Amino acid sequence: MISAPIQIASYLLASILFILSLGGLSSQESAKRGVLYGMIGMAIAILSTVLGESIEGHAYILIAIAIASVIGIFVARKVEMTSMPQLVAILHSFVGLAAVLVGYGSYIDPATAEIQGAEHTIHLVEVFIGVFIGAITFTGSIIAWGKLEGKIRSKPLIYPGRHIVNIVLVIISIFLCVLFCQAPGTDGLIYLIIMTAISSFIGIMLVMAIGGADMPVVVSMLNSYSGWAAAAAGFMLGNDLLIITGALVGSSGAILSIIMCEAMNRSFWSVIFGGFGNAPSGTAKAIEGEVTDVDHGHVADLLDAAKKVIIVPGYGMAVAKAQFPIREMVEYLRKEGKEVEFGIHPVAGRLPGHMNVLLAEANVPYDIVQEMDEINGDFDSTDIVLVIGANDIVNPGAEDDPASPIYGMPVLKVWNAKDVIVMKRSMATGYAGVQNPLFFNENTNMLYGDAKDSVTKIQQALVIS
Amino acid sequence: MNVGIPIEIVDSEQRVAATPKNVQRLIKQGFQVLVQAGAGIKANYSDTEYQEAGAEILKDSASLYSKADIVLKVQPFQNEEIPLLRKEQVSLSYLYPAQNLELLESLAKQGVNAIAMDAIPRISRAQKMDVLSSMANIAGYRSVIEAANHFGRFLNGQITAAGKVNPAKVLVIGAGVAGLAAIGTARSLGAIVRAFDTRAEVAEQIESMGAEFLTVDIEEDGSTDSGYSKVMSPAFIEAEMALFLEQAKDVDIIITTAQIPGRNAPKLVLDYHVAAMKPGSVIVDLASSSGGNCVLTKHNEIYKTDNGVTIIGKLDQLPSQASQLYGNNLCHLLDDMGKGEDFAINMDDDVVKRAMVTHDGKVNWPPEPLPVSPTKKKVQLSEKETIDTAETKVESAASKTTRMLITLAIIAGLLYFLALFAPPEFMAHFTVFVLAVFVGWQVIWNVSHSLHTPLMAVTNAISGIIIIGGLLQVKSGLSNPMSILASIAILVACINIVGGFVVTRRMLNMFRK
Repeated sequence: MISAPIQIASYLLASILFILSLGGLSSQESAKRGVLYGMIGMAIAILSTVLGESIEGHAYILIAIAIASVIGIFVARKVEMTSMPQLVAILHSFVGLAAVLVGYGSYIDPATAEIQGAEHTIHLVEVFIGVFIGAITFTGSIIAWGKLEGKIRSKPLIYPGRHIVNIVLVIISIFLCVLFCQAPGTDGLIYLIIMTAISSFIGIMLVMAIGGADMPVVVSMLNSYSGWAAAAAGFMLGNDLLIITGALVGSSGAILSIIMCEAMNRSFWSVIFGGFGNAPSGTAKAIEGEVTDVDHGHVADLLDAAKKVIIVPGYGMAVAKAQFPIREMVEYLRKEGKEVEFGIHPVAGRLPGHMNVLLAEANVPYDIVQEMDEINGDFDSTDIVLVIGANDIVNPGAEDDPASPIYGMPVLKVWNAKDVIVMKRSMATGYAGVQNPLFFNENTNMLYGDAKDSVTKIQQALVIS
Repeated sequence: MNVGIPIEIVDSEQRVAATPKNVQRLIKQGFQVLVQAGAGIKANYSDTEYQEAGAEILKDSASLYSKADIVLKVQPFQNEEIPLLRKEQVSLSYLYPAQNLELLESLAKQGVNAIAMDAIPRISRAQKMDVLSSMANIAGYRSVIEAANHFGRFLNGQITAAGKVNPAKVLVIGAGVAGLAAIGTARSLGAIVRAFDTRAEVAEQIESMGAEFLTVDIEEDGSTDSGYSKVMSPAFIEAEMALFLEQAKDVDIIITTAQIPGRNAPKLVLDYHVAAMKPGSVIVDLASSSGGNCVLTKHNEIYKTDNGVTIIGKLDQLPSQASQLYGNNLCHLLDDMGKGEDFAINMDDDVVKRAMVTHDGKVNWPPEPLPVSPTKKKVQLSEKETIDTAETKVESAASKTTRMLITLAIIAGLLYFLALFAPPEFMAHFTVFVLAVFVGWQVIWNVSHSLHTPLMAVTNAISGIIIIGGLLQVKSGLSNPMSILASIAILVACINIVGGFVVTRRMLNMFRK
């Protein structure tokens, strides 16, 4: 048993460790240490709580933790790196669910009834808000998981008047909150349940309205929500550790959302409220030129003649799991004395930083994997660019065609290179539904087919020549 | 006004001062055009073509000179032509006034108002009349064609069924009009082109044409007010020579275009440079008429050195093309001087007063200098720009401060309002919350982009801290609904914690240098 002041001191220590943990992620070298800090912090937090004076039911706690640990370790070991977005999404939903449960628990706690006056009202509002955010996070994350997993079609579901419906639902929730606060004892439970249903619905519709390529924003937004839900639980329990941790996670998710939105040149609200609906008027520039396609041998010849190669991967690489043959090819090219680098657009993939993790999984050294800003100046001096399963992030229309829906979005300027090879399954447009003038450029050639297949064939051709 | 086009009597001259197309244009300008029979033969323009264009064909030069008010020629007047000229006749031709003072004097004696086309000042307005540029353009183009002709391989790199061909490497020395034209032509034939010039300002032009700008490590700018380059210091020349030697070993074709007005061409390619070149290489010397940039150049000759390097000191003029452009230049000048109806010699005009080397029986040479200094203007401009940006910066800083103050005031108001109702305990938690958001905000911006996925996984894990809510709520006895809710909360939150940390570690272990 430890006393309350010692408990508070341990919470402070845990908070500091969490902050250090996030700070550690500023570089690859310090990141592992950061995770260790996080684990120690979590252990301190849990132990100091469990050993606290008023804790009962240790048996249930132990059982729950044991079961959870087995599940957690199993899932984390098994998950494939290409399915990271799904894992992250489903873990968000757990936080949301826990927040809802804690909220309900707090409401039916007999101790709640003993609080009087303004404090009682504030406590109830905290419970209400906590459950509200928790429920949105829970259902929203489940839908996001379903979309990423392919169980729900990723096309945005948009119906007319949905903004009004959402606003009306929020107003009803506020009204319910008033009734909830006025209800004596635990009579307000029914309002809480109705509100939970409403916010669950909002969470579902919010994510249903968002399409596949906007998923990085949604996942980071839900990341943020899960933090705020934890913070709200902290308020209702009067627990500073929960508040601090929740706030850290909440702002982390918010920053990721901002970074993703900037990378797509769209406001946060336009992503959340769905669709590329507000495209500037005016007709898109007519595209001149012809699409030419080549075979694997030709690409291998070009690679053979090149001094500097840049590879731009997109979601297509993740789908085809082409990162492994790509690594082999890169290794070969580097051995031949060629300079090979990767250019990563911030929104490539379905999760912030997704491409980096996939390439790391395939053992691509991280010092040749460059961010968009670092590499955009290098395309001029590049002999050949391989665009693998990416489309909108290399669209020159974003730079020079004000009528394009993605005009103003920062893109990788691959067209400055001497030769560009685009590996794609077909001539279909990308997520934004915009034709890509890059494909019609004289120095661009298409290589159709599955990315993994194509890279393997190029590699074979390289070795032979 | 009659414009006369005589035969060029210099044997090697293939051009003619105006083509049938130019004739049409002159007629449109209001001139009558007289062409001596056979004037365009060497440039592949027949008398019939001239006739069809509206010109009158005259048999002999004597009648042409006597009828024409304006004579258009390419080469400077030869001794036998001078007596044919008459007082107040205007002539347009090359004159090389700096080297040909005697000629100028005899022309002045005849009372001819002679315009030297090669003395047109290099100002923006006169670009359309600048024969040196238009002829240099042709020479630059032709130099590459000539080099390709004597070079035994492709200029472009190719990947063919029969094997791979490496592109030829071309070094262009001097990036004036001829040099830039040579760069463009060589690039479009697919060669790898490098270019050297003493003037740092042309680096951009060179790169815009697709060549690599070579430079030496000595800070010295060869640009002058006239737009030509000056003679460089010995240290610079030494570094330059070393650079050329290094390049000579590597490149297949060298094209030299360096000329300094009124002097012999600088010797840039020395015997040991030539010796260092690979057999089969080609040197084209566009400065051969003023002595050559290469010491081994023989003017008007093409020959192979002992080590198999072809040195070209003679270039075909592309007479049809050259005549056309030259004629255009002349037409532009006549256009500027008032066309057929209002033709007049305006000695106040910036162009005419410098190009008109003999006027009213007097020699008008050398002209007053005309400094063209684009660099100076640039400096002034950039100064102004810095001032502008500085002002906007000050302004935006001020407006930012006001905006900041307003935001802070609103926040302070809201906080005060909140404090009116909320109990002190809540305010304490709220303080912690706001500070934590700030800390998070500062810390997360430092996270490397490539670690965003691990960041999400680790924040996932630590947001499992909500487990504490469950821990605090568990009661003994499962009959209590709170215990059930809390146990489930603990379960899911703990999956989060364990799963999040394990997967983050797994990911981070994959990142390696």
